[in-house]
Amino acid sequence: MSSDTPPVLAEPEGQAPEPVRARSALTEKAGLGDRAFAGSARAAAVFILVIMAAIAGFLIYQAVNAISQDKVNFLTSFAWDPDGNNTNGVPTFGIAAIAWGTLVTSVVGVLLGAPVAIGVALFITQYVPRKLGSFFGYIVDLLAAVPSVVYGLWGLLVLDRHMSGVSKLIEDVLGWIPMFKTNGTYGSSMFTAGVVLAIMILPIVAAISREIYKQTPREQIEAAYALGATKWEMIRLAVLPYGRSGVTSAVILGFGRALGETIAVAMVLTTVPGLVTRILQPGGNTIAANIAVQFGEAFTTGRQALIASGLVLFLMTLIVNYVARLVIRRSTNKAGA
Amino acid sequence: MSLSHPSPIRKAKNTAAMAAMGLALVVALIPLVSILWTVILKGAKDFNAYFLTHSMRNVAEQQDSGGAYHAILGTLEQVGIAAAITIPLSLLVAIYLVEYGRGRLAQAVTFFVDVMMGLPSIVAGLFILSFWILGLGYQVSGFAASLALLILMMPVAIRSTEEMLRLVSPALREASYALGVPKWRTIVKVVLPTALPGIVTGMMLGIARIMGETAPVLLLVGAANSINGNPFSDPQGSLPLFVFNESQNSLQAAIDRGWAAALTLIIIVMLLNLFARLIAWWKAPAAAR
Repeated sequence: MSSDTPPVLAEPEGQAPEPVRARSALTEKAGLGDRAFAGSARAAAVFILVIMAAIAGFLIYQAVNAISQDKVNFLTSFAWDPDGNNTNGVPTFGIAAIAWGTLVTSVVGVLLGAPVAIGVALFITQYVPRKLGSFFGYIVDLLAAVPSVVYGLWGLLVLDRHMSGVSKLIEDVLGWIPMFKTNGTYGSSMFTAGVVLAIMILPIVAAISREIYKQTPREQIEAAYALGATKWEMIRLAVLPYGRSGVTSAVILGFGRALGETIAVAMVLTTVPGLVTRILQPGGNTIAANIAVQFGEAFTTGRQALIASGLVLFLMTLIVNYVARLVIRRSTNKAGA
Repeated sequence: MSLSHPSPIRKAKNTAAMAAMGLALVVALIPLVSILWTVILKGAKDFNAYFLTHSMRNVAEQQDSGGAYHAILGTLEQVGIAAAITIPLSLLVAIYLVEYGRGRLAQAVTFFVDVMMGLPSIVAGLFILSFWILGLGYQVSGFAASLALLILMMPVAIRSTEEMLRLVSPALREASYALGVPKWRTIVKVVLPTALPGIVTGMMLGIARIMGETAPVLLLVGAANSINGNPFSDPQGSLPLFVFNESQNSLQAAIDRGWAAALTLIIIVMLLNLFARLIAWWKAPAAAR
């Protein structure tokens, strides 16, 4: 991962001016160079569509192949044994358990990461001088430049040790909720994976939120102060309402990122088969981590089954990203009306 | 009176809110400091010229020997090929979207660039696996990994280039047209040079992003402990994958190599990021600094 700031959301209201379409005024017809250049640009654009179509076609073909061989319901089964290692070659695999693990780890990641990210964005834009703010922003952006395999290594060998104590504390306080009960062992859990995901989505959510909060209209800020508001009251009156939809969609985009994160989760989690509901004890699995872990030992059906699970993951992220876009679009429509 | 002197409760809330946000920044910086500190500290043990110039050929996992040369070479070749294809292609696509694109095709391309932007990297790997290896029947190779990395770099490169092209003032284009310069020469000689620093920054950030990708590479390069300079045939090493594989081993010698490889990777990625941002900062108008 690196710091690709999703620019779609951060775009200001005023669109860039339309490029000029006029041809060379002296010659009515476009010259040969013009036609060749326009043609190759258009070809490149079409090529993108061709690649996407070809690839999606192959992906769906492999996935359908796998699911047609499945002897249990792909959507509801908890098992993952596509090569039939324990069932005399009868492929049995389902998405339910790993999809559950994907959702749980990502929800934990967002619940922990988003508030911190929003706090960082508010602090950087509202409390410190502009230059210092952009310096801090750059430092937080560095988190996005750390490769996910390094997060995995750090999560496995450094963070996980510290999570045992935290997990035990949570169990002591909230152990009466079945989710937070354990069998007495901690770490390498969905909770630890969630913490790693929280750190990984933090820079993205913080960067987008920062761009949005920065654009809070000056007059609204001044108006809040004129009413005698303290700084915090001003933020609640002017900054937070202005940024609500943009920041919401930033958080949803972060959730989408968390869903697809592979290597860091695969390294941190001790994967166990079946459904895991206790998030503090070792165990659990996600779609992406399952692909990374199982791929080495998978044969033909196994690989196709992993592709089928990848297709489900792809659909999940598509839906999540679409919802994020929808949130933004609805709010801009409202503002325009 | 109450306007200029808020009540103690409001004052306390105000201070508490500020403290909470300052705390959020501190909390966000702890993992960054911890990661960099640990990687430098533990990576320094094995990080030396020997590590950078030797492969893992004939090195047993428990031996305190071997290096990452095969992996570094593999990653540089894979990323190099991906970038060599992505840069011209995404330039053309961005030019199409900004200068020519109207109607259905432009809308469809914009939509699919969005889709690619949100694509999980493991799914990009699975795409190429089902297309290139299972579909067309090629073997694992560095080039297969390049194809997956290309899919991940493309949307970043197109988006940032598109943004930079849109920033170029229409007055510049009009001035060029007024002199009778054809549209394509205007784009090549006026628009592109004006937007160049921003485009370079975007491309470098894209390269930095794919440099550290492990998930797609894991599915596509196979397993190689020896140096393979040919990305088009046979398994090839990869630096992020090397970190992953060494960390899956419980032997201390392997873990040490994993940390050293992680340090190598972080140095490369951070340098790319630093250069990219330096170019952006250096070429930005003074007011924006």
